[in-house]
Amino acid sequence: MEAIVQSFFNLEIIAASWPIVRAGLWNTVLLSLLVVPLGLLGGLMLALLASAKRPMIRWPLMAWVDFFRAFPPLVLLILLFAGLPFAGLELGGFVCVAIAFFLNTGAYYGEILRAGIDSVPAGQIEAARSTGLSRLQAMTYVVLPQAVRNVLPDLLSNTLEVVKLTALGSVVAVPELLYQARQAQSLTYNPTPIVVAAIIYFVMLWPVVRLLSRLENRAFAGR
Amino acid sequence: MNGPIVDARGLHKHFGALHVLKGVDLRVAERELVFVIGPSGSGKSTLLRCLNRLEEPSSGSVVVDGIDMLDPRTDINHARQRIGMVFQSFNLYPHMTALGNVTLALRKVAGKSRAQAEALGRAALERVGLADRAEHTPGQLSGGQQQRVAIARSIALEPRVMLFDEPTSALDPELVGSVLEVMRSLRESGMTMLVVSHEMGFARNAADRVVFMDEGAIVEEGPPAAIFETPAHERTRAFISQIQRH
Ligand SMILES: Nc1ncnc2c1ncn2[C@@H]1O[C@H](COP(=O)(O)OP(=O)(O)OP(=O)(O)O)[C@@H](O)[C@H]1O
Ligand SMILES: [Mg+2]
Repeated sequence: MEAIVQSFFNLEIIAASWPIVRAGLWNTVLLSLLVVPLGLLGGLMLALLASAKRPMIRWPLMAWVDFFRAFPPLVLLILLFAGLPFAGLELGGFVCVAIAFFLNTGAYYGEILRAGIDSVPAGQIEAARSTGLSRLQAMTYVVLPQAVRNVLPDLLSNTLEVVKLTALGSVVAVPELLYQARQAQSLTYNPTPIVVAAIIYFVMLWPVVRLLSRLENRAFAGR
Repeated sequence: MNGPIVDARGLHKHFGALHVLKGVDLRVAERELVFVIGPSGSGKSTLLRCLNRLEEPSSGSVVVDGIDMLDPRTDINHARQRIGMVFQSFNLYPHMTALGNVTLALRKVAGKSRAQAEALGRAALERVGLADRAEHTPGQLSGGQQQRVAIARSIALEPRVMLFDEPTSALDPELVGSVLEVMRSLRESGMTMLVVSHEMGFARNAADRVVFMDEGAIVEEGPPAAIFETPAHERTRAFISQIQRH
């Protein structure tokens, strides 16, 4: 028991490593604030293109989405990080993470938003277009608000995954929470900082999980 | 006399191999109320939807209020403001209030300020007898009230012609009257109207002309009394006796 506390819940280690871990927490928050909107933006672009229903756009789009959903994001990230310098681009870990997430999570957000758009009856667009709204205006003011509402649980649950995935940044030396915790671990020869990081992840994400399950219950009750 | 408000000539529409409109000619004069009747699948909705180009005609011409609707140079979004459309299923925006439904196009298409749009929107709701329901969402309104909001959404844009596609078919019988009442008052205000509906009573005392369509073509047309009592064609007679039995 004593040994477990010493290795995993060591207060001295927590105090000593806190500045390092805290910097990681801060970077994870920043990273999430960057990649979630970026993924949503990518997804929105894909979903809007898909709703055009032109075969010329549709097939390349499906191939794109399938490719990035099937491609492991960790492999994508390492490939970008290791490969781009050969293309003459020294972008650094942070930018590589941003690109990888734009591609990977964008494909997921795109599928969710597309399902949301499909769930809005065609009559909504027709009514909007019949009053003179352009296709884009009909999307913006009539379809998307309903689409997002219809797939809100899926959007939230994907966002949860995205925030967890920011830990991948650690393999390309982005000093996010996991990376910093491991730094602290190797400095102190003690795994306590990893436990601290785990607790921080949990405390950050648990409210979202609660919200999600309330939304899902509500959707279920509404059926 | 001015030219017709709606002037459609030689309209054809194909859906793949399906030939849905087979050369329809239809003119609607200013202030005229024209009824379109016909069996299910005869192309009534498609005809209406070709007039505001919700559906792209395969060939033919459509001129509405002097604007060539099929000319690629026509600003279709601008032209559509002049053509109100009312749908069988209302198609109100469920995430907005009645007033929000009515003001959206006023603000985003007609370019009115929020205050102007709300004043015009409230006036339109007043005309359909729903001034006191402005802040309600569609879910809080009866079917009849929803359809009247949908009418208000169209008339707020001051269209030159209104297209109605079975506006009362989705309503419980006791709610039909309120919608017909609004249509009657629109007519009295001089609105040009093209109505797909099987409300014979309304057609009889409000329509100037009844058009019978079958299999993508206009079979015959004339004043309501003539079409309903002394139709010239066997198909018209069969259709009318069939709907009168209901
Ligand atoms: N988007 C479409 N794609 C393929 N076929 C269509 C489409 N819209 C209509 N049709 C077909 O065109 C024909 C005419 O349809 P339309 O809706 O114009 O008939 P309608 O006279 O309005 O019938 P109803 O009284 O049932 O509303 C039908 O056979 C219908 O199945
Ligand atoms: Mg129809």
